[in-house]
Amino acid sequence: MYTTGVTSPQGVWWKPAHKQERVWFTIAFIWCMVLFAMMPLWHMRGGQNPSGIRARVEPSDYIARVQQFVRDYGTGESEAGIPVVAPPPGSDVYLLAAQYQWTPILRLEQGAEYTLHLSSLDVNHGFNLYPFNVNFQVVPGYDYGLRVTPTEAGDYRIVCNEFCGVGHHIMVGRIIVEPSSDDVALAEPQGGDR
Amino acid sequence: MSTPAAGTATAPAGAFRVCPTTGLKVYRDAEALIKANAVVATVALLIGGVAAILVLLTRWQTVHLLSDVQFYRWLTIHGMNMLIFFIMFFEMAVLYFASAVLLNCRVAGAKLGWLAFGLMVGGAGLVEWTMFTGRADVLFTSYVPLRAHPAFYLGVILFAVGAIIVTTIFFATLVLAKREQTYTGSVPLVTFGAITAAIIAAITLAHGAAIYIPTFLWSIDVMNVDPQVYRLVWWGLGHSSQQINVAAMVSVWYLLGALTVGAVVVNEKISRTAFVLYILFISMASAHHLLVDPGFGPAWKVVNTSYFMYMAVLASMLHGFTVPAGIELGMRLRGFTQGIFGWLRRAPWGDPGFSALCLSLVVFGFVGGITGVTFGTEQINIIAHNTLRIPGHFHATVVSGTALAFMGITYYVIPLIFQKKVAFYGMAKLQPYVFSFGMLVFSLTMTFAGTFGVPRRHYDISFVGAPFGVEYSPAANLMIAIMAIGGLIGAVGGGMYILTTVWSVFFGKPLGDDCTSAALAGSVPPGVYSRPFTELPTEDVELEEHGRLGMMPGTMILVFIFLLAFVVYYFANWTLLSRLWQIG
Repeated sequence: MYTTGVTSPQGVWWKPAHKQERVWFTIAFIWCMVLFAMMPLWHMRGGQNPSGIRARVEPSDYIARVQQFVRDYGTGESEAGIPVVAPPPGSDVYLLAAQYQWTPILRLEQGAEYTLHLSSLDVNHGFNLYPFNVNFQVVPGYDYGLRVTPTEAGDYRIVCNEFCGVGHHIMVGRIIVEPSSDDVALAEPQGGDR
Repeated sequence: MSTPAAGTATAPAGAFRVCPTTGLKVYRDAEALIKANAVVATVALLIGGVAAILVLLTRWQTVHLLSDVQFYRWLTIHGMNMLIFFIMFFEMAVLYFASAVLLNCRVAGAKLGWLAFGLMVGGAGLVEWTMFTGRADVLFTSYVPLRAHPAFYLGVILFAVGAIIVTTIFFATLVLAKREQTYTGSVPLVTFGAITAAIIAAITLAHGAAIYIPTFLWSIDVMNVDPQVYRLVWWGLGHSSQQINVAAMVSVWYLLGALTVGAVVVNEKISRTAFVLYILFISMASAHHLLVDPGFGPAWKVVNTSYFMYMAVLASMLHGFTVPAGIELGMRLRGFTQGIFGWLRRAPWGDPGFSALCLSLVVFGFVGGITGVTFGTEQINIIAHNTLRIPGHFHATVVSGTALAFMGITYYVIPLIFQKKVAFYGMAKLQPYVFSFGMLVFSLTMTFAGTFGVPRRHYDISFVGAPFGVEYSPAANLMIAIMAIGGLIGAVGGGMYILTTVWSVFFGKPLGDDCTSAALAGSVPPGVYSRPFTELPTEDVELEEHGRLGMMPGTMILVFIFLLAFVVYYFANWTLLSRLWQIG
């Protein structure tokens, strides 16, 4: 006697599965293992991982770092009242999210690696790189240091994509990536966690 | 159906009626609690639906209806009403149904059930008051340190306490049914699924208490709450609550399969094990909301989203097989043996319960499931987090999946519990198609717009007033316009549902005692009078084997199409990811 979903099975219901069920179970399990394997594999071989350097930071300390960063590498220019900073390749870059502004504006070099630090002064914000679709959560009290290598030159925007208050939708920052003067080969993907 | 054991129940006469259709004893207190919770669920659906239309007409840049403040306010109202109030009240009704009704038992502590109902309504009312008066413009997630009025957090806590009490009553009713021997053998699969939903609810609500009580105290300046810890614990509530929905929805799939076509359970062991996997692995799976957060390292992210989440994915893939396989096998055993898909062609597509089941299963699996698992991959989350891809995904799961399944079962609940005919039955037959089509277009275009990086929860993607201009691809804007039209069609489908249910319950014709098809045809779904679930097929029937596809060839073909779509979408996303900047 078969049962339906609303019938009480009588006696022992722990019975061998149908052959087709076993086949599907096996295939589904293998697929889940593929899903599992892809993540560690991408850490070893892929070029995009959300690992970074992660640390707690007091918002006041983080602001001090941003200010020092602007003093060290500021170009003296500013746009929309936001200072423009051109850090040298390999340096630590500090970006501050605060209601409703990204500070400062960054001028980076194509193919060079930077450690991009993200943190917030007040509430959660979201880092979204336009037109490339790169997204990270920006949490107050935490410093997220991501090693990034801009592979293409261009005029990028940072769109806030975590609701941060009523001015959320005007919170747009800017990153300018200038073409590399060196051999383009530098920009070849390195791969893996660096 | 569970056969009531004679003379063991101790309830006084008049405490129950015997359902003329199913032969089940339905206790008045269970019936009243189911009705009350279902009615409030529908009210929440109506509020959430109005909010949905307003939000949609604002995101559609051509219309851009609301002001910025109003937009975020109505978005908060939409999220709370749909994801918490509508769905939880409905699930409370499901819990009473799966325990008291399916097991022929009275509710253990019906008075406590009313207290819980009062707490939930009171808590929800408090939350509605803070939201509508602009005291809680913090969106559904209310991420600390965004601050709402303390009454907002208090309302959520009261609501959760009520839900915990109902869950406890559910378990107590199971014990009562066992002790009073109101059924023989093991609990039915649908009840088993509801048990897993209730266990997940207990885990979820524990997370809710662990986060909303400190946050309430924070809101009155008594203690501090770390924003990252908030996100961690909050998602233990926010995601696990969606897993209650999944467990409840899959239970409703089995229920609808039985009620509409007499679907059998191909193997109790497989289906029940799959439910247990949900319980074991679901809290960890909520980690996939934190994949691009600064507070957690890669090992933590990979372990929680792969080892643990994928075992829950496996569970869904098993149900995705066993539900259609049960329908196919059930129909084949009843003589629909023609070819590979003959059973599907001759299925009752005019039964809103059946069409809702199939559409819910397909859209949940193909759109919601595939996108969800893909976005929940640690690295792929970089190109999905907080973009429109995320709401695109969960509207396919929670709306096209869970809500549609709940709508489908409502067409059976109206005659079986409310004892009413289904008003505007012709329209009800169309409703699942309209709703599902609209929401499918909505979810697909929303997800696609998200691949261009268009943010979710955003008032104005033309960025008027921003220091630097941003212009999305015309394709993204086109997607959003189609999304708006799809959403409006979905809203029409939702309106059809609300009209049918409210009219049936408050102004509908009583079912009467004549339960023959002659008396009921055209006013209730056919499963109510044809009762396929009362005629259990025996195992003596020999079914044709279709080579390697075996006894369920149609299902085998369908699941392999699904797997192919999954593999293609998954690796397409890796390809997209590999084209970005180098990030590590």
